[in-house]
Amino acid sequence: MAHAYTPGLTVTRSVLLRRERKLPLKGKVLVKLGDKVTAETDVASTELPGQVETVNLSNILGLPPADVGGCLLVKMGDHLKNGQVIARSKSFFGLFKSEAKATCECTLEAVSDITGQAILRQPPIPVKVTAYIDGKVCAVKAEEGVTVEAFGSFIQGIFGVGGETAGQIHFAAQAPDDALTDSEIGNDVDRKIVVGGSIVTYSAIERARERGAKAIIVGGLDDKDLRTFLGYDLGVAITGSEEKGITIIITEGFGRMPMAERTFGLLKELSGKKASATGATQIRAGVLRPEIVVPFDGAGEKDIASLPSSQGLSLGSVVRVIRQPDFGKIGKVTSLPPELRTLETESKVRVLELEFASGEKVILPRANVEIIGGE
Amino acid sequence: MMTSVDRENIDAILATDCGSTTTKAILVERTGEDYRLIARGEAPTTVEAPFEDVTRGVLNAVREVEEIAGRKILDGETIVTPRNGGEGVDLYLSTSSAGGGLQMMVAGVVKSMTAESAQRAALGAGAIVMDVIASNDGRRPHEKIARIRHLRPDMILLSGGIDGGTTAHVAELAELISAADPKARLGAGFDLPVIYAGNIDARKIVEDRLGDKTALVITDNIRPVLEVENLRPARTKIHDLFLEHVMAHAPGYKKLMSWTNVPIMPTPGAVGAIVEGIAKEEKIEVVGVDIGGATTDVFSVFQGVFNRTVSANLGMSYSISNVLAEAGIENIVRWVPFEMDETDLRNRIKNKMIRPTTIPQTLEELLVEHAIAREALRLAFVQHKLLAVGLKGVQQQRTISDTFEQETSGETLVNLETLNLLVGSGGILSHAPRRAQAALLLVDSFLPEGVTSLAVDSIFMMPQLGVLSTVHRRAASQVFKNDCLIELGTCIAPIGQGKERSECLSVKLSSPTGETEERKIKFGEMALVPLGLGADAKLKYELERGFELGQGLPRSGEIKVRGGVVGIIIDCRGRRPFLLPESREKLISKLREWSRAISAYPE
Repeated sequence: MAHAYTPGLTVTRSVLLRRERKLPLKGKVLVKLGDKVTAETDVASTELPGQVETVNLSNILGLPPADVGGCLLVKMGDHLKNGQVIARSKSFFGLFKSEAKATCECTLEAVSDITGQAILRQPPIPVKVTAYIDGKVCAVKAEEGVTVEAFGSFIQGIFGVGGETAGQIHFAAQAPDDALTDSEIGNDVDRKIVVGGSIVTYSAIERARERGAKAIIVGGLDDKDLRTFLGYDLGVAITGSEEKGITIIITEGFGRMPMAERTFGLLKELSGKKASATGATQIRAGVLRPEIVVPFDGAGEKDIASLPSSQGLSLGSVVRVIRQPDFGKIGKVTSLPPELRTLETESKVRVLELEFASGEKVILPRANVEIIGGE
Repeated sequence: MMTSVDRENIDAILATDCGSTTTKAILVERTGEDYRLIARGEAPTTVEAPFEDVTRGVLNAVREVEEIAGRKILDGETIVTPRNGGEGVDLYLSTSSAGGGLQMMVAGVVKSMTAESAQRAALGAGAIVMDVIASNDGRRPHEKIARIRHLRPDMILLSGGIDGGTTAHVAELAELISAADPKARLGAGFDLPVIYAGNIDARKIVEDRLGDKTALVITDNIRPVLEVENLRPARTKIHDLFLEHVMAHAPGYKKLMSWTNVPIMPTPGAVGAIVEGIAKEEKIEVVGVDIGGATTDVFSVFQGVFNRTVSANLGMSYSISNVLAEAGIENIVRWVPFEMDETDLRNRIKNKMIRPTTIPQTLEELLVEHAIAREALRLAFVQHKLLAVGLKGVQQQRTISDTFEQETSGETLVNLETLNLLVGSGGILSHAPRRAQAALLLVDSFLPEGVTSLAVDSIFMMPQLGVLSTVHRRAASQVFKNDCLIELGTCIAPIGQGKERSECLSVKLSSPTGETEERKIKFGEMALVPLGLGADAKLKYELERGFELGQGLPRSGEIKVRGGVVGIIIDCRGRRPFLLPESREKLISKLREWSRAISAYPE
């Protein structure tokens, strides 16, 4: 391929970010344009229709579905208490009497003359949407939600599981290649976002979860441990809705992967600061990557959209190797030979020459590197 | 967009295929009376951020064609058409499967009944089923609503109830979808397609609730009565809507559509056109497979009936992890010819999933990808066999007693014994460094029986030729025969079982040049008898007791075989069943032995 455009992940110290915060259905916006909010601030709320329960009146009363309507003691839309009689069968000389009762506090929504089922709707469930990041409300869409903007540091991970969370950044690793094991998880991780080095073990995840950590950010993770953590083999990379009590974000890849120096360094600088994070990942068109956002007061910084992420490879580009055997290493492009080269596999591909910090030079397929984005 | 094509005055044709991972471009030119492939280029597909514009990848691939052909096609960021002297092309066409496949949610009243039927309909149409929502799935309505919103499906299939049955639950499901007000994954500002295929009595109810908010399409109930499952109408609608709504709203497609001279064709449709064409022209039974990054499409023509299935969750990049999830680690490991730690293998697969455009750099990595590909191909073929049933099976009759059974009833049309030609396409097969690797992958995955010709799409251009065949059959046919289809040779696989190393098959090949080659192949062995491309030869054979070649062929006789770039592959590893050694040590030794026998990999 003449053009390698693997965009890489953004790791940037200072940028303007906007996040849309929308209700699942129409409701009420609780903040105003220009309001300062924290990650935990409720910015909008609504009431979702309550849970539905069904009561088979036809079976209970021993009547054909079409006759059930005539036995109702309450009207559609009536509010019912748990145990309240909904319908009573007309007994034969008053000897046999059957009653159907509400199984919860609810409203009678419908009775089907086809199935004989009564649909009971429980009270509405209040739903709130938080701001997710500390920032300012920069747009309000009536009844739907708001957009929150903040200046801050922004780090994209490569893959994550678990939803949105926020907490203080807490370092549990000394160096990017340190493994995060359970012995590194102290009693001080409660409500923290724990940063590890090259890998996190399953037992460390469990301990962090038990001790109240909100999230783990680490270079790598064994797929085997991910499977144990999730309880199933992840087939397609669509994540974010897992409710496992902790969010995990990996920044480099699967296996033992020392966190990129730049990511590690930036997180280290941000240690002790409050961060927002989400593990939501979708690898397909319209890709979503997990992220860590550390907002701070600032102005006049660059918009995320203006970051130079779309340039092609050129001499001097700093890239990360994203395939064996040099997976995870970072180097500088020193040559982009136009002719095809034969690999060990006997494939003929476009390659580049890369120089690592050690001075070692390697020839790699252009497809196997990603440009390190951000500033 | 030009709608009519002046075939006589077409000298230069550019065709692209925008795959989920890679965009491929070919340049075809007329030299004398014949059309031939001049150059091919490729570039990563750019549907994803930061580009979110499929045309960037197209332009990059075309620039590579320009470099290789030494000829100008682009004027800045425009494809010059019609041709202007030596610049540009007379015809530009494209196919597409970009977008990571079709991702759907399905909803039904009862999880184990209508919701399951809806799931079967969606899977059969080639979708990844992201979630199954049912009235009785145990989740609270707001959780379902949040799920619908979160997953951003391409499309929702709503079913529920038998005709004349309950309408309340269907109404409730429609209300959930309406409350979720789901937005389509690609192309903000257009309505999400929702197909209603449930209780006929609830159509009005569904229309009232979803008609304004979604692109609602109503079709026949997939479960009109409890004992009948009628999936075909819903599947057809899914295919139609995928093309009309989803693909058309993928980033940059509007621009791409304005460039092409004829409508963009979906990749599986284009490959299908080519496969069907071969079967008709040669009057043979064909299986074709196109293994991509997100999907594996299988096409077959048996007894004159064309069938196509799209396994949207089996592929070599976006869906690679799903191959592991579906096949199981042990089924992948059984094709890896060296000791490998499970943790390492799992991590490699996941790393390919999160960085789908990388390529194997070492031989070990290539062998691992080929192991995964075998399972993706095998599973896609299993799905195809289940769905490729005769037209009489449009309505699948189920009795009440087997209503809960998962198996598809009805006879599959696929018959490996009568299969004449097996054609492979897709990056992993077309780009295999040695053609023998593609041959071995096809044989291991499809397990052809008796005598079967093998071929591979030379450089993965069947999709482009498929769309070209719809406007210029002669050009497509000439390029297909001369430059695209690479005949690998013939596979001879006796059906039956024997003892390891016992006699199985003796062959004597008489080539047209008068040379003869004799071989005795034992059970459990593979062998390669050289016979070059385009050469036909007579092969005398004699099978041991307990083996046959199918189609009523006698135990000894003479057949015509056709050579290829690989030759005649004799596969005496047994069929029905095909068994691999249970001991890991022995398995590795056998895998290496078979690889050596047909010179598949460097030693």
